[in-house]
Amino acid sequence: MNALPCTIYVSFAGAAAALALGRRSPTAARVGALVSALLAWGITLVAAFRFVPRPEGLQTLVDTPWIPQMGIHYHLAADGISLTLMVLTGLAAVAGILFSWNVVERTGEFFAFYLALIGGVFGVFLSADAFLFFVFYEIAIVPKYFLISIWGSTNREYGAMKLVLYSFAGSALVLAGLLWAYAAGGAQSFAISDLAMAATRFTHAEQVGMFGLVFLGFGVLAGMFPFHTWAPTGHVAAPTAASMLLAGVVMKLGAYGCLRIALPLFPTGLLFWQPMIAWLAVIGIVYAGLIALVQEDFKFVIGYSSVSHMGFVILGLAAANVRAVSGAVLQMFSHGVIAGLLFAVVGRMVYDRTHTRKLADLRQMSLYKQIPFAATVFVLAGLASMGMPGFSGFPAELTILIGAWQTSPWCTAVAAVGVLVAAAFTLRVIQASFFGTAKQPPAGAAPPVALPPITLPEKCGALLLIGATILIGLKPDLLLDLIRPALQAPLFQAALGGGAP
Amino acid sequence: MSNYPLLSLIVLTPWAGGLLLALLPKIGAGASRTIALVFSLSTLGLAALVLASFDAAAPGYQFVERRDWIASLNVHYYLGLDGLSLLLVLLTGIIAPVGLLASWRQTRDPRFFSLLFLVLQGSALGVFLALDFVPWFLFWELSLVPAYFLIKLWGGAGASRAAYQFVIYTIGGSAFMLLGFAGIFLTTGTLDFPTLARLGADGSLALRLSDLGGFWPTAVFLGVFIGLAVKVPLFPFHTWLPSAYAEAPTGASMFLTGVMSKMGVYGFIRILWPLFPAKLHALAPGLIWLALGGVVLGAFAAMRQTDLKRMVAYSSINHVSYCLLALFAVASVPGPGGQAAASALSGSLLQMFNHGLSAAALFFCVGVLEARSGGLRGIGDFGGVRSLAPLFAGLCGISMFSSLGLPGLNGFVGEFLIFRGVWGLVPWAAALSCLGLFATAYFLLTFWQKVFHGPKAGAAANGFGDLTGVELLTLVPLVVLMFAFGVLPQILTGLFNPLVTTWVNHLTP
Amino acid sequence: MISDYSELFGALRPESALVLGALAVLALDLSILRKRRHASRLLFAVLVAGVAVVVAGALAVVGPHGSIFGGALIFDRLAVATRIGVLTLALLALGIASASKSQRNPAEYIAVILFATSGLTLMAATQQLLLAFLALELASLSLYVLAGFDKSRPGSAEAGIKYFLFGGMAAAFLLFGFSLVYGLTGSIELPAIAERISAQPHNPLLMVALVMVLVAFGFKAAAAPFHLWAPDVYEGAPTASASLIASASKLAGFTFFTRILWSGFPSAAGSVATLHFSAGWLPALAAIAGFSMLIGNFGALAQQSVRRLLAYSAIAHSGALILGVLAAGQFGTGPLFYYAATYGLAAAGAFGVIAVVERTEPCQKITDLAGLHRRSPLLAGCMAVYVLSLAGIPPLAGFFGKFSVFAAALRLGGLAGPSGWLVILAIALSALALYYYLTILKQALVAAPADGAPALDVPPIAGATLLAAAGLIVVFGIFPGLLLDLF
Repeated sequence: MNALPCTIYVSFAGAAAALALGRRSPTAARVGALVSALLAWGITLVAAFRFVPRPEGLQTLVDTPWIPQMGIHYHLAADGISLTLMVLTGLAAVAGILFSWNVVERTGEFFAFYLALIGGVFGVFLSADAFLFFVFYEIAIVPKYFLISIWGSTNREYGAMKLVLYSFAGSALVLAGLLWAYAAGGAQSFAISDLAMAATRFTHAEQVGMFGLVFLGFGVLAGMFPFHTWAPTGHVAAPTAASMLLAGVVMKLGAYGCLRIALPLFPTGLLFWQPMIAWLAVIGIVYAGLIALVQEDFKFVIGYSSVSHMGFVILGLAAANVRAVSGAVLQMFSHGVIAGLLFAVVGRMVYDRTHTRKLADLRQMSLYKQIPFAATVFVLAGLASMGMPGFSGFPAELTILIGAWQTSPWCTAVAAVGVLVAAAFTLRVIQASFFGTAKQPPAGAAPPVALPPITLPEKCGALLLIGATILIGLKPDLLLDLIRPALQAPLFQAALGGGAP
Repeated sequence: MSNYPLLSLIVLTPWAGGLLLALLPKIGAGASRTIALVFSLSTLGLAALVLASFDAAAPGYQFVERRDWIASLNVHYYLGLDGLSLLLVLLTGIIAPVGLLASWRQTRDPRFFSLLFLVLQGSALGVFLALDFVPWFLFWELSLVPAYFLIKLWGGAGASRAAYQFVIYTIGGSAFMLLGFAGIFLTTGTLDFPTLARLGADGSLALRLSDLGGFWPTAVFLGVFIGLAVKVPLFPFHTWLPSAYAEAPTGASMFLTGVMSKMGVYGFIRILWPLFPAKLHALAPGLIWLALGGVVLGAFAAMRQTDLKRMVAYSSINHVSYCLLALFAVASVPGPGGQAAASALSGSLLQMFNHGLSAAALFFCVGVLEARSGGLRGIGDFGGVRSLAPLFAGLCGISMFSSLGLPGLNGFVGEFLIFRGVWGLVPWAAALSCLGLFATAYFLLTFWQKVFHGPKAGAAANGFGDLTGVELLTLVPLVVLMFAFGVLPQILTGLFNPLVTTWVNHLTP
Repeated sequence: MISDYSELFGALRPESALVLGALAVLALDLSILRKRRHASRLLFAVLVAGVAVVVAGALAVVGPHGSIFGGALIFDRLAVATRIGVLTLALLALGIASASKSQRNPAEYIAVILFATSGLTLMAATQQLLLAFLALELASLSLYVLAGFDKSRPGSAEAGIKYFLFGGMAAAFLLFGFSLVYGLTGSIELPAIAERISAQPHNPLLMVALVMVLVAFGFKAAAAPFHLWAPDVYEGAPTASASLIASASKLAGFTFFTRILWSGFPSAAGSVATLHFSAGWLPALAAIAGFSMLIGNFGALAQQSVRRLLAYSAIAHSGALILGVLAAGQFGTGPLFYYAATYGLAAAGAFGVIAVVERTEPCQKITDLAGLHRRSPLLAGCMAVYVLSLAGIPPLAGFFGKFSVFAAALRLGGLAGPSGWLVILAIALSALALYYYLTILKQALVAAPADGAPALDVPPIAGATLLAAAGLIVVFGIFPGLLLDLF
């Protein structure tokens, strides 16, 4: 456990190393990056195995005064939820690096930005001081811009700028809310527990306003309808590894922020906004799913499917009971892995080979015959995305449905419709992308060029992710045993209704 | 109860076979087919072991395996067997190898085909043996995946669309079933079928569900109902079926009609009825009409088909709706139903089994016609096949008459018991369903007459080879069983008579 | 009271060092270096000047504390910190000046930089109206000359003239305001003025005087609506001059006016904490802050020229800095100083990068920075640090500067009054600002170099300067306590 802060340092050190090694040779940069990511992931896995939950929830790892003039501490702490998400981050990082093995242009810089982003994300998951949380949150913003605008594809400049500006706007809202809470509550420090204590003295109007600002700010990053429009554009524009990370992990930062900061600090505000957030969430699930159903660009389907799945997370958070929130965290993990798989197939396995993402073109190619491994992976990923039992999405969605029913049966029913829509668009895209029927080429035409085979790094990355989703699908308790005790912590009691499951 | 996890073995052995095939990508066609057949037959072998120590008179479930699985949702890996499950396991054990044999000549990627078939078999077995919602649902949903690919990749011209429709319909229904069970878990804290059945029997489940307020208890019932109704399929949720069955390759069609449709009926008997006896009783009259719709309209629609495969598909809707008709009839009558109810239920179970045999055989026959004629399967595409292929004609005729319900063949017993039971409970329904009988007779005899009698015509004009060795191996066991269970139905009824008695005495409100 | 002149000279040793250094530079150039090449003349000038600044810094650190010369000077924490800050920024300006390839009269240029610096350090410590005006003029006149120094470009002359005219006008306003204050209170020392004003009821003449002072403040800080000189001056002036104007002059200016306003007129301040704000100079400042932020940010959006963009960004930052002035009365000047100093580092650094790029070809438009990552990774990296600090991205110093100022301003009264709303406005506009900052980085780090754009070699002194600035920004960003502890 005590080694957990090293994940941050290892990542940033790895970024610097990749930058330096990249001057020498791209391979050195790749290997260095992979080593760094594996090390960080290993630390999180060991910590997760050895984790023993404690009643106070967050267990402090580092707590030194940083800026005493404002009561800011460099305070890192972890509980089961942080650990779950850190394991996800490590996994996504390793897989992303494996799937980026073929980046040849400015390789060192690519991995430097990538690892810097990872380091920022690890930092967010470990922060127990609101200021520190915010710092890491913002650190994670800038590498995104460069990853997309330098190595991205469709419309990358626009997509990058939109994504970053939305993220920054969201964090601006969060900053406003946090500063307001700090100033109005007369809090002595930015530690989340202190702010929570100060928040109990706020008036109802203040709680409502602050929760609105903070939740909205985090919700933008989580892809909450109707502030989600940056996500499909940005994820489509991003290079594969960045998409995997953005959709898989970075969107979870927003949800995590809601969970870690908005919920404990402003429970009264939560009660006020709860119905609206729940409805926005389920509208997002269905709406994004329907949009995905009519997309003609492979990657856009996946981009919208991410928004749809995050809707489940937001629904779980909005329902605000232990069961729903634990389902939401499980869904965060599950979707992180699944989104990684989907983007990996679309970007790396298909696009890098066929140079097209249009479903109309892919239908002609009968790809399952040419790259059967990719087809298998995509089918498995698609099944997981549909919420098929046996994969991690199912226990997560079931738990969320059960939990959300307690709060709003109607929202739950609409969410169930969302499951159906997800199945429809997933199946459609599977069918169109890999299992189309090739037209017979006209006689005398050149035989089609064989596609390059799937490389070893791709296979390793895919197997890692598939293994993760199946493992958690068959044994979700591995994560739920980490998550549920964390939600019993005193900090969550006010928001989660006294801990009743 | 033996110490071996026999039920797990039954479920997992076909999957092991599939895994083996997956790990041997370079294996030859013959080897892959043989391996698949061996693993598929394992079900019968293991079922025989089960049969040896099965005690039909013992109450409750036997060979129970129960292990903790997902603690936070109180979910267990729970397998158990009673007469109903055993019946369906045996059915699967017969239909699956027969389906593989029917596909023996299929040359396109036989390894992958066999792999998918084995996965499908294992999933179906899991549905019949699982006693907790999560594992049950896992098998239920997983069965869709190989079915989808079997239809899509080896099917006919409209296979993509048919497969898509099939999966989306079923998943759509499943989504509502998932919602329903979420509500059930919320109010009872368990997803365990036997426990829920107990709660349903003494009314406490309904009481707890009423905590949900408003119309949500009904919504829970409807959710579970829709999920099961789509699978059977119950009219009007049947529109996916004709295309799916028609476009699927022969072996898959056989399995779909023989086993997968029974998964739906099984769900009604195992889940819907025990959990919601009061609701089912309340809605039974309307549901009887739906079942009648399936019976009558299915048969009449079959009459109008010129595509033989679609004809048999619609006929399947008709036959399976009889099973549900019986169930709803039993549910519609208050109080213990006595003899009539027992008769209806026994008939329903027998019909499940026997229809599996006869429908599979009929699909196979159509498949033979298709194979010989290079893809044609219209009713007008053949003529005078009897003189060219007498063996085939004979066996096919027996299958048809079994489907028709000729006394002496297996189809009769089930239908007779259903009619007798329903007549005792809801006479007008029995009267109306006779229409279905007449229509069935009509189209089957038309099939018989047009294809097998008359002058040689159509695809048969230039000769029609009789059944080959493999084809005989496929069809003969089915026909033998048709005779066996027609003359000695007590072999089957012995498995579940005590169970039916229990149902009649305890379950009906 | 006989004032102790030895005390005065002792306190002003840093200024003396600077002046002596300037004279030494001139002397050296006129005598020994007459015949040398331009590059070595510049180099020597910079080296000597650098030594002078370092010596001045050392002297400032060990200098006296507290009130000096009968209250004319005050060396409190703010003063000492500002003096050291100004000297550091001047050192950066010198480093940037060393990169220039075509600077005519290099020694004179460097000497005037030193003169300006001495004026700025004096501005930080004055507590007496006459001395204040003297210091301000010393600095300003030197800066006017610096702005117009490049006679080969009409833009520079325009910059010089505009700066002089605006600055002269502002100085006149300030002097008039000072004379009114003297007339009202009979004293030219700030503490005494404060006492006497609080004793009197509100006087319309006082309002007039305050308006005058605020006009001068607005000009010096490049705050709207007194900002019109900034874009032209930043664009036309030689790069090192622009850097000095943007960094040291701003820091000293803010310290100067903060001291005058808060030490001199605390009772006339009014309040902006709540909706029922009472009249005073605080509401007026708040309005200025709001305008500056709006005009600065929206103006920057439309810019194609990188220097003008930096100018509008300076205007926007002034608006935010004024929030720090608003809060300084209650929460001290720590946040304000931190923000201004680190802003100065970033602004100077940005101009430094422009200066190096200018060695090979003109750098006026943002697109002239295209492909910087390939042409010189060092410059691209440093530019990234500066721009991101300006944008307020952690863990760089610019972020904490904004954060501490916003926190202080919010604590004044929460969201109940204009101070709170201005904070919200500032936060919102900083999201907007990221857009135009990213356009610079887009060119520098993402875009490919223009065809035929040569690789850039960075001269060692300039390179060291840029790295030092970037390093300081990072260090102060991660450990803001280092600066805040000074207060």
